[in-house]
Amino acid sequence: MSDLFWILISAMVVNNFTLALFLGLCPFMGVSARVATALRMGAANIFVMVITSLTAWVLNTFVLTYAPYLRLISFIVVIASLVQIVEMTIKKLSPTLFRELGIFLPLITTNCAILGLAIFQTNRGYGLLEGLAFAVGAGLGLALALVLMASIRQQTELSDLPGLARNMGLVLIVAASLSMAFMGFAGLLSS
Amino acid sequence: MKSATTAQYDLIRGIWRENPVLIHLLGLCPALAVTNTVANSLAMGLATFFVLMGSSLLVSTFKRFIPHEVRISAYILIIATFVTIADLVLAAVVPEIHKALGAFIALIVVNCMILGRQEAFASKRPVSRAALDATGTGIGFLIAMLMMGSVRELLGNGTLLGYSVFGAGFEPWIIMILPPGGFLTLGVFLLAMGWWRGRTEGAQARVRRWPHGVATRRAA
Repeated sequence: MSDLFWILISAMVVNNFTLALFLGLCPFMGVSARVATALRMGAANIFVMVITSLTAWVLNTFVLTYAPYLRLISFIVVIASLVQIVEMTIKKLSPTLFRELGIFLPLITTNCAILGLAIFQTNRGYGLLEGLAFAVGAGLGLALALVLMASIRQQTELSDLPGLARNMGLVLIVAASLSMAFMGFAGLLSS
Repeated sequence: MKSATTAQYDLIRGIWRENPVLIHLLGLCPALAVTNTVANSLAMGLATFFVLMGSSLLVSTFKRFIPHEVRISAYILIIATFVTIADLVLAAVVPEIHKALGAFIALIVVNCMILGRQEAFASKRPVSRAALDATGTGIGFLIAMLMMGSVRELLGNGTLLGYSVFGAGFEPWIIMILPPGGFLTLGVFLLAMGWWRGRTEGAQARVRRWPHGVATRRAA
């Protein structure tokens, strides 16, 4: 139990996907202008990550032991098609949920955070439960980073910035400070 | 004459004016994650170049046979094939760099720069122009990777390609080779480019671009 908890905490804050491993930077830069959008994107991310983790486990356990060189291709194809199917199911069953999360789902299926999750899970040899804890932790971490960034960007929008800071440069400097702050969590793991 | 100019434009566009990393902010994940040393940046840049070139050629060759509805999946399959080749070759030739780059080689598949070039260029143009465009964009990516890698290795470790530059008295800025250093380096590059652009454009353009910014106060 405590092992699973530590995998979750580690993926969430210590090795945060965005701020420590640089995965999923496209949504981090692209959809972090509003807190409400960032929250929905984060939720959609957690959802896709859990699906990805399950898929990767099934593929690794039952299929890929016979053909390891097909790992990359099969991960991408299976994850993308599965998310597509889930998206259609949600659209049918719960149109409200689809309106909240739907538009983000196709955007994140080929995101590096998703594929990165599957590859890290494989490389570290996680089992089913460990993989799920890892996926939830990584998803929560991404959502946390997105919401933090969106809150800061909403503040800077109203402040008087010099012209040179009006492009993505400022966002990256803010990301650097956030990343430094998250480095403080590294002490958690050694204790 | 006209076609020569187009070909030149295809080639040089991606190198600086439309640099994938510094202007379009595409392919940021590898540009930030593996640029802590020059050697890693070089290996990553070359691997990406190879994948981009291979997939551009193949996509451009087969553009008539790929149905429009499944084109994205087809592109990703083609890209994934070349990434698998690059992964296996790197593991066989330079195992220690392959180990240092880790999962990021496999993640070339989801580098949005590569998919972007297929969708925006290679799928609509003849093979020769796709090759020129891939060369330009690949070199542009390589240049950005090397810029990031040299700054970070120089400040973070005091070395360049493993050779000591500043001598023994230099206190390395460890932060530069850690994750925040990646964000910081790219952020400073972008700020410098924003400053340069603001300086070269006239006050006129500044009013147009930032109507409630610097210019209003100056006019008042």
